[in-house]
Amino acid sequence: MEALLASLIGLLTACGVYLALRGRTFPVVLGLTLLSYAVNLFLFAMGRLTIGRPPVIGAGLGGGYADPVPQALVLTAIVIGFAMTAFVIMLALKARAEMGNDHVDGEYE
Amino acid sequence: MTLLFVVLIPFIGAILVAWASRLSRFAAAWSAGLVTLGAIATLAGVVEPVAVGETLVQRLAWMPTVGLDLAFRLDGLGLLFAGLILGIGLLVIVYARYYLSERDSLGRLYAYLLLFMGSMLGVVLSENLIQLLIFWELTSLSSFLLIGYWREREEARNGARMALAITGAGGLALLGGILLLGEITGSYDLTVILASGDLIRAHPLYTPTLILVLIGAFTKSAQFPFHFWLPHAMAAPTPVSAYLHSATMVKAGVFLLARLFPALSGTWEWSHLVGGVGMMTLLIGAITALFKHDLKGLLAYSTISHLGLITLLFGIGTPLAAVAGVFHIINHAIFKASLFMAAGIIDHETGTRDMRRINGLWKYMPYTATLAMVAAAAMAGVPLVNGFLSKEMFFAEAVSLATQMQFGWLLPLAVTVAGIFAVAYSLRFIHDVFFNGEPIDLPRTPHEPPRWMKVPVEILVALCLLVGILPALTVQPILTLASASVLQAPPPPHDLAIWHGFSPALWMSVIALLGGGLLYFGRKPLFVLYDRLEDRIDARRLYNALQDGLFALAGGLTRLLDAGSLQRLLAVFIGFALLLGGAGWFSADSPLSGPRALLPVDGVSLFAALAMAAAMIATVALHRQRFVALVLIGAVGLLVSLIFVKFSAPDLALTQLSVEVVTVILLLLALYFLPQQTPAESHRGRRLRDALLAGLAGLGVGALAWAVLTRPYSGIADFFLANSVPGGGGHNVVNVILVDFRGFDTLGEITVLALAGLAIYAMLDKLRLDGRGCDDVGRAWNWDSHPAIMASLTRLLLPLALLVSIFILLRGHNLPGGGFIAGLVTAVALIMQYLANGVAWTHDRLPANLHPTIAAGLSIATLTGLASLAFDHPFLTSTFGHFDWPLVGEFELASAMAFDLGVYLVVVGATLLILIHLGLMHDASHGDDACPVPLNQRVAEDR
Repeated sequence: MEALLASLIGLLTACGVYLALRGRTFPVVLGLTLLSYAVNLFLFAMGRLTIGRPPVIGAGLGGGYADPVPQALVLTAIVIGFAMTAFVIMLALKARAEMGNDHVDGEYE
Repeated sequence: MTLLFVVLIPFIGAILVAWASRLSRFAAAWSAGLVTLGAIATLAGVVEPVAVGETLVQRLAWMPTVGLDLAFRLDGLGLLFAGLILGIGLLVIVYARYYLSERDSLGRLYAYLLLFMGSMLGVVLSENLIQLLIFWELTSLSSFLLIGYWREREEARNGARMALAITGAGGLALLGGILLLGEITGSYDLTVILASGDLIRAHPLYTPTLILVLIGAFTKSAQFPFHFWLPHAMAAPTPVSAYLHSATMVKAGVFLLARLFPALSGTWEWSHLVGGVGMMTLLIGAITALFKHDLKGLLAYSTISHLGLITLLFGIGTPLAAVAGVFHIINHAIFKASLFMAAGIIDHETGTRDMRRINGLWKYMPYTATLAMVAAAAMAGVPLVNGFLSKEMFFAEAVSLATQMQFGWLLPLAVTVAGIFAVAYSLRFIHDVFFNGEPIDLPRTPHEPPRWMKVPVEILVALCLLVGILPALTVQPILTLASASVLQAPPPPHDLAIWHGFSPALWMSVIALLGGGLLYFGRKPLFVLYDRLEDRIDARRLYNALQDGLFALAGGLTRLLDAGSLQRLLAVFIGFALLLGGAGWFSADSPLSGPRALLPVDGVSLFAALAMAAAMIATVALHRQRFVALVLIGAVGLLVSLIFVKFSAPDLALTQLSVEVVTVILLLLALYFLPQQTPAESHRGRRLRDALLAGLAGLGVGALAWAVLTRPYSGIADFFLANSVPGGGGHNVVNVILVDFRGFDTLGEITVLALAGLAIYAMLDKLRLDGRGCDDVGRAWNWDSHPAIMASLTRLLLPLALLVSIFILLRGHNLPGGGFIAGLVTAVALIMQYLANGVAWTHDRLPANLHPTIAAGLSIATLTGLASLAFDHPFLTSTFGHFDWPLVGEFELASAMAFDLGVYLVVVGATLLILIHLGLMHDASHGDDACPVPLNQRVAEDR
């Protein structure tokens, strides 16, 4: 299972980086979204993988709980990630309005 | 905390004065004066213990866990400086009222002056050295504002920038020195540092510490080779020159020398560095001053020279020399401030400061001339005026040192030469300006200035005479106090008398007076020589060359790395990250896999992982079809939330799920304004390069994740798991961490969210984008924008959805849920109304002004935190209790729930703010123009 998640994180990163290196704003935003998935999952994985033991005290399950700390970190990271995506896409719209195209450098090469 | 108030009053006063200046110039001057009087009165309240030799230290715990206190100190030296700052400050305020013309904003000048006053008081009253440095930098900043006061003048802007660059660089060096001092002694408190002089001097880091501190002091006090900024700072209004650049700010450097005297002095390095630089500065300043035709230029170089004299005295290092240094600080501040004010009067009345044109003013302003002459006599060191006394002590010290060291005879010689030049330039200030024929081509006919412009000069000149004639009655007490705190010991016996008998020092004075007279009247050939040499000895040229070189270097480096292309920059960035990561990876020799027991793979997980991988790869492969890529990325996001479900993170799963919905809607809305396709632009080579970078990055991150996942670890989870119920009163540990244990972080995060929302609102405010009413082939987007079934169903669903979100909010403390998730669910529920019924319809029924919601959320969260302060607990301490409610039964209430409510409101407000305003723009972007091709007609491209 660990190998599966590690590969998914790796693949997310690769796809995110590739898209972030594109020349138009929209693919770059998609790339950043994929990268933020990768980062969130990576942070989450710092607490190691646990199945069926959510960190809710007294949920009636013996044998300890999953680590709540990375979860708390990632929860806010997801919301902030949304704010960032929104900000970047608005920048992209603004750039399109002001420059007349959607190239990340504001001009065609 | 009296001392804190002494420092704070001018800062607060600055705002007050800026406001009062709208009423009238009169109000501005009065309020500035009253603020200064207020600070004086506050200081007077604590003078009593200091006057009998005690040191007053007041502390306010600021960050006690890291040992940072707001600490103030009042001792003799601090009192002397505070007195100079406030006393001369008051006189300058009176003077400036009449100096500035009607066109110039008096309020701005006073506000800056008070900012400076507060900063300077902070420097001289700080106990903590880091705190001292902060105020030190503030004096540089306020000096920058004051030099650049006439911002339309180029020389003012240049002078301000130069002063800031040099004193700022010195401040940086000083920071280094202070940090080293802290390292050596283990404390930033002056009390500790002053008591550990032996430890500091014996430490291997002594020399670097000393050099760094000295660079700070020398730049501030305009010592050679950093002295050239001071003449350029004369572009400031003359009251500013009188106050900052002669009486107070430039004394901050010598203040620092005096302050750290017990800690740093008494070594070979100290006497040679401080003494050597002081002597150079003394000579260069004195010689250059004679040749300046600008009245203020002469005074500026004279100031440099006198600062060098004080530095040299501290460099000599004997207790008696230190007393003389302190004494000269007082005397110089008094006579130089009055001279600057006199120069300002002359400038004000004649319209020029060029001494080649100003001549024979005695006839026009005999009263001002008399005042200026007394002050200039003090500058020259004539008996019966205060400058004479400290100069005699200085000469005596130079002579006594001469017998103690090799080449010691050089010192009295150099000092006498400087004395000769000081007499000569003082004579020039008197003779060239007030006599020497008739004025040449003056812009106005000079006459005596307004009464109140002369009063400050009169007071200062009277002080010059009082100190000069009756030193024991006037200056002795404060001098003894200040010297004692410089030396951290009782000062040696010294006699402040005018007549000491025929000592060598007296003969040196006589030589200086006679020699200066001869030099002045034989000056013509020297002026010719100087004019020829002037260009070659200008340190400003070096500074300019250095500055241009730095700019060129920075520009070249920037152009090398950043060719104005984000793609290239990002590739460089990722490449570097890979290099660094690779270097770390291959230099360590631990195995890739750790010993942790692995979880078995099950069929469903494998299938979901494959689906996710397929969706990701398809997103990349099809990214030119933007709409398709967006749908696919939505699928990836949903599968991410399934991963959270699988691995025991229900809160994350819920958050991810709702964020995904909101993100996809947002991107869809945005895509409407962007091209639907991405053109194929990158050539093969670039695509290969990017694929390589991406592949390596993915490999690296994947391997890292694997390495972490297979290793056992111990975290801080147990603390939170153990304390969540007894300490936070909640069973859902993730939520308790968010709203309680780490509530401060969450407060920061919702603030960021609110800011992002508002920034987006501001960005969209004036934005006009063209959206198309029809698709690429000219058809309308759809049959029916708002299908009746969907519209009705979402309306029915709304109350239910809101109920669910409130349920999620309330149960969040104990079961998966909470403010973030509930906020997102509410946002989704409301957005559904917009989607199903149209923006216009919904907008009429729902208030779209979401700023109050965000504000309310932030306020509730902050107030919840502040409330705990009222009960004497730290910020954001939570409390909870169980209450028995009628009908409902036992129900738990926690103050953290109120905090969570704040989170909820901010999330709802920010999310809706972003989406609704984009949606509104959507509506405004196209009318209801009919599309050329009916929707049901098949078009060739469609197939």
